[in-house]
Amino acid sequence: MLDLPQHSPRRSAVGREPRALARMRRAGLYANGRWLVRGIDLAIAPGEIVTLVGPNGSGKSTTVKLLLGLERPSEGQVARARDLRVGYVPQRLAIDSNLPLKVARFMRLTRALSHSDMVAALDETGVAHLTEAPMRALSGGEMQRVLIARALSLKPQLLVLDEPAQGVDMAGAIAIYDLIAAARQRLGCGVLLISHDLHLVMAQTDRVLCLNGHVCCEGTPEAVSEMPAYRTLFGGEAPSGLAVYRHQHDHRHLPDGRVLHSDGTVTQTCDTHECSHHHHDHDCAHHHADDQQAGKVR
Amino acid sequence: MLDDFLVRALIGGLLVAVLAAPLGCVVVWRRLAYFGDTLSHAALLGIAVGTLLSISLPLAILLVCVAVALILFALRKHGDLASDAILGLLAHGSLALGLVAIALAGQRIDLNGLLFGDIFAISRSDLFIMGGGAIIILLTLGSIWNDLLAATVSPEIAAAEDARPQRAEMIFLLLLALTVAVAIKVVGVLLITAMLIIPAITARRFAGGPETMAVLAIVAGGGAICLGLYGSFVFDTPAGPSIVVGACALFLLARIIPYGGRRPNS
Repeated sequence: MLDLPQHSPRRSAVGREPRALARMRRAGLYANGRWLVRGIDLAIAPGEIVTLVGPNGSGKSTTVKLLLGLERPSEGQVARARDLRVGYVPQRLAIDSNLPLKVARFMRLTRALSHSDMVAALDETGVAHLTEAPMRALSGGEMQRVLIARALSLKPQLLVLDEPAQGVDMAGAIAIYDLIAAARQRLGCGVLLISHDLHLVMAQTDRVLCLNGHVCCEGTPEAVSEMPAYRTLFGGEAPSGLAVYRHQHDHRHLPDGRVLHSDGTVTQTCDTHECSHHHHDHDCAHHHADDQQAGKVR
Repeated sequence: MLDDFLVRALIGGLLVAVLAAPLGCVVVWRRLAYFGDTLSHAALLGIAVGTLLSISLPLAILLVCVAVALILFALRKHGDLASDAILGLLAHGSLALGLVAIALAGQRIDLNGLLFGDIFAISRSDLFIMGGGAIIILLTLGSIWNDLLAATVSPEIAAAEDARPQRAEMIFLLLLALTVAVAIKVVGVLLITAMLIIPAITARRFAGGPETMAVLAIVAGGGAICLGLYGSFVFDTPAGPSIVVGACALFLLARIIPYGGRRPNS
């Protein structure tokens, strides 16, 4: 599944990294008299989380379209693993009021799915009780969870999420990032996140690419936040302490309002275990040892 | 049985209802009502061109509709005009051009029948052509239905997950053009869009899912055909407009009758 297309004449240029799910080299797109993006180098391996950040119009969506093959690059090369299974979580979903669509039908949008698999997928993101709900009746957070459940039900090799935490409050954003981290752990899929929030990048991100028509800078979240190019691009907006968000992961909130702690206990509130950082559940096992917390939020 | 013109009219009308309802649902979901108008006006031009050039009328209709659809895509992609302006240009441009061409063709074309339909004049061979067309259209629609729905709900998801949204949309527009060609005899150029849209929105209130809505729209469309034919026969009114009046009556009825005491699903 990881072989790059054999018939591609560009194989020699892109085939050197055998583990890449998708990769682009010096890729650019020229449209309507200007370069939307240019000279983008990007590769995603299985199990890797890559976040694209950048201001509006910096070419984040264009880069994703190039990578997924929805646009042909004007220059450079793009290659994907053969028959790459992609799960896509769009930024927003506007459903016409004349289209009756329940969650259960939406879950089967691009692939057939058995009822038990569907319920399992929805259960994983905590929204199994919404199976028969109309899509238009969902709240912002519920919609995000349904969108993610659908993408994960495809068992994707590459999960692409366009601003998954947009319009969701802080606690909701944390919950969504936890879901993504758990999915990466379980499916071993590569994850490509688009974010326009310059201060909050998912803690588990392996690599951040800062875009502004080209790749300004790239590296681990900590490294990028210290880079001059990042500070220039997002200058006054990014107080150094807030550039990267990390959080301790020791409990999660259940749909019924109770709290499940990492040691398996369930309580009414999270107070009893407050800040018990000795417990890390498995999702966070890969966290770097240094627990230096920038802008820690629980 | 096919000897009775009323029976032939009923069968032809029901065929159109079965075709127009599911396609009409997609038209409503994708907000393509104006595009339906444009296609049906282009069909008039197609008939004129077909008559002038002495080629098969359904073929001429299809060719002109496809040409208009391609012009629409080209203008939308490369021009600076908004879609509704382009559609206004193409719809009325092709209607006017069609009327002029029909005048040039002389007495060979029954303009009234084209504009308002001539359902009681449906012949046995018309029925066979319509039936064949209906089978092709429904089978094709069934094969692209999931891709088409994915493209309607989210073009982004459909594209990223390889549901081929552009292919589904192009085929859908072809099917729409074919349906227009089949339906002209029943309701006429000016009222085809009504048969697409009114049964669909009549069904909306009772449907919890897209497939249910398509099936209920077929029922509503069939009801409109029966009502319209009956009304036309009893009151001696033109059949095409009577069918559309029947569709409107069913729509009003569906709004008035109490259903579950709640607002529409989703």
